[in-house]
Amino acid sequence: MEKFKSYYLAPEELNKIFDYFKTRGYKIAGPTVKDNAIVYDEIESVNDLPLGWTDEQGPGSYRLKRRNDEALFGYVVGPHSWKKFLFPPILTLWEAKRENGKFKIYEQNYSEEKFVFVGVRACEISAILIQDKIFGGGQYVDPNYLRRRENAFIIAVNCNEPGNNCFCLSTGTGPKVLTGYDIVLTEVISESGHYLIAKPGSDLGEEILASLGFREATTQEIDEADKVSNEAVNKFRKEVDLSDVVEMLQSNYENPLWEKVSEKCLTCANCTMVCPTCFCHTVEDVTDLTGQSAKRVRKWDSCFTLEFSYIHGGSVRYSTASRYRQWMTHKLSTWKNQFGMIGCVGCGRCITWCPVGIDIVENVKLFKESELKLKTGESYGRGNT
Amino acid sequence: MEPVEKEVLTAVQNPMLPLIFQVRSRKQETNDTFTLEIEPLDSKSEFKFLPGQFNMVYVFGVGEVPISISGDPSKKNRIMHTTRMVGIVTKAMGKLKKGDLLGIRGPFGSSWPVDKCSGCDIVIVAGGIGLAPLRPAIYYILSNRERYNRVILLYGARTPDDILYKNEIEKWRSRFDFEVYVTVDRGISGWKGNVGVVTTLIPRAPFEPENTVALVCGPEIMMRFTALELIKRGVKENNIFLSMERNMKCGIGLCGHCQFGPVFICKDGPVFSYNQVKDLIFKREI
Amino acid sequence: MAVETLERLLAEHPFFKDLKKDYLSFIVGCARNAFYKPGEFIFREGEEAQEFYLIRDGKVALEISFPGKKPVIIQTLESGEVLGWSWITPPYYWHFDARVVEPTRAIAFDGKCLRNKCEEDHSLGYEILKRFITVVEQRLQATRIQLLDLYGAS
Repeated sequence: MEKFKSYYLAPEELNKIFDYFKTRGYKIAGPTVKDNAIVYDEIESVNDLPLGWTDEQGPGSYRLKRRNDEALFGYVVGPHSWKKFLFPPILTLWEAKRENGKFKIYEQNYSEEKFVFVGVRACEISAILIQDKIFGGGQYVDPNYLRRRENAFIIAVNCNEPGNNCFCLSTGTGPKVLTGYDIVLTEVISESGHYLIAKPGSDLGEEILASLGFREATTQEIDEADKVSNEAVNKFRKEVDLSDVVEMLQSNYENPLWEKVSEKCLTCANCTMVCPTCFCHTVEDVTDLTGQSAKRVRKWDSCFTLEFSYIHGGSVRYSTASRYRQWMTHKLSTWKNQFGMIGCVGCGRCITWCPVGIDIVENVKLFKESELKLKTGESYGRGNT
Repeated sequence: MEPVEKEVLTAVQNPMLPLIFQVRSRKQETNDTFTLEIEPLDSKSEFKFLPGQFNMVYVFGVGEVPISISGDPSKKNRIMHTTRMVGIVTKAMGKLKKGDLLGIRGPFGSSWPVDKCSGCDIVIVAGGIGLAPLRPAIYYILSNRERYNRVILLYGARTPDDILYKNEIEKWRSRFDFEVYVTVDRGISGWKGNVGVVTTLIPRAPFEPENTVALVCGPEIMMRFTALELIKRGVKENNIFLSMERNMKCGIGLCGHCQFGPVFICKDGPVFSYNQVKDLIFKREI
Repeated sequence: MAVETLERLLAEHPFFKDLKKDYLSFIVGCARNAFYKPGEFIFREGEEAQEFYLIRDGKVALEISFPGKKPVIIQTLESGEVLGWSWITPPYYWHFDARVVEPTRAIAFDGKCLRNKCEEDHSLGYEILKRFITVVEQRLQATRIQLLDLYGAS
């Protein structure tokens, strides 16, 4: 017996949920079409969702296309992720002011903005749970993140059709939403119609669905929705065995393959900006022209920049290969040592938004091959000289 | 958004918020190094630290840098920072005078394992400004002197003029229970002390390697050579401790800059045993 | 001083640690006791390198001088260390000045005498060279680190 019942929603009935939250001071953030991409932004109603749109992704390529139906969630992930709301790209941490020859520090008010996130995918929930661990699970926490996180209501959606660059099946983070949501939707478009099955994942989710007068879904509808979402696992085009990736990458720091896999890399940092788990940031101390007030601003940073590893005398990671190695090894390996899980959720964004199409999955495979060659005595690079 | 003034104590909750400290005194150590003694502006606060830990030091309107704490850990609220003027922030720090204010976040990071052994020999190897983060350990060890067998300091500086804490070293040297060896890389005529890099002191220093804990701080290359030389003498790898350096922005393991393979230098370090870092320390661009 | 005493001093010096007693007796004839006062030069750059020195105690600075500058000390050597290896390779000239910093007692070896003994007995020669190569290796390492100027210019 499941704890919560499932409910039937006609697509436009999502508005009832949006309105419920809007009257309670929440903003609704969801996918919407902007500048030929599906981005996450504040939306007003179901009509702002990318109705009838899909995306076609490849290494270094992203295109929106019309679908032949009116699906609300018929695409995968765009260049944005939810971290832009929970862990804003630019944030003032505090201000300092000179007063009577001394200075005082004024903490910035934590944001009291409340958000409903609409259409959160399984991989993205995993990413949020990973960032929860980073910003809230250690000795020191980021109170700003925690406040925003507390104020987020998550309406997830099951992926019925993985994209070309999706590999969440390999990272174990999708395509089905299993945890970390308040409400999860499954979108069904069939002969019996276009509807959403909504299942609560929290008491608040249950309360809302019950109180807004949605009817319980029939067994037949639930079965149909399950069938659609269960079939997604058979539709993956990108897969890789990651069972030994943690040990493998940490034992390959000096593999000359790093030169090869990074030779196209422009160190543009796109992959780290689109990644839903990348958390690195810097702080900048700025002052006004009169020198009377100053503030500290936190900004997203990337391990692909030269400044990132700067210590007195120069940058530790001066070569592109070492920076690519840092990123990939961190994401798939040392992250596990640091936080107990790998830092990749298989969303494929880093592949799609890499301007030269560097593919992390293909690179894992190259390292596996290289290991295999070493084991079978065929050396790669090293030992040839 | 209007800034809201919070009590100083909220800094405990928000690790990104500096506490205001006031300069008590400034002392020029060498041509390019100086020591600031600071105390919390709010006399109610209590600042305690362990030898080897560091603070994030903020100079108003200029910026923030990690600086190791170099004072006596038993003296509460008397915090010392010995700093070399190399960047914008440390140069601005160098201009601070008695009564000036700065922002402090900390103390952060791991500490020298001064309680790891009793009855063992302690060998402290310092290179250049690396003596500063070791000085709290020296204070601690000397005030608990009976716990240890031999205590030895091997200190290497660039030239005689670059030797830190000269008067204090002379005082230490005059103690019968602290053996102090100082060497410089470049001697000038008239210099009566040793000339040669600090590692050359290791083979001839009088300690029992198998029963020695070594605390090492200096430039990374110096620490690598020192560790190898100590191992050659027979000091156990897990008894050698190094203080590592990488770029630090937050000091609390959140910003990602100071990663060194699987660890964060700021939160898992800066003090590591040689064992913990030996697989990566000889690799390039980690 | 009796040859016996000198032989004991040789055996006690770290440089000859665990050297066979037969060898010690064989080479002791090339050695003599030496004492130097502060300020004294044990050898000068450009002079013929006829000897090398096992320092028993004291301190010696290896220096080089420049026109218009004070002499620079390259290295100081102390108790248990060896001073000088220019006697091993032709044309046997010193490359630095050895100035005594603290009263120094040493055992001085006649280079030519020892070279001849090493030619006579190659096993002994190999033993001696192994010991010198260790010293040379240590000095080279130290010099390389010095070259890196680790602590940066002030």
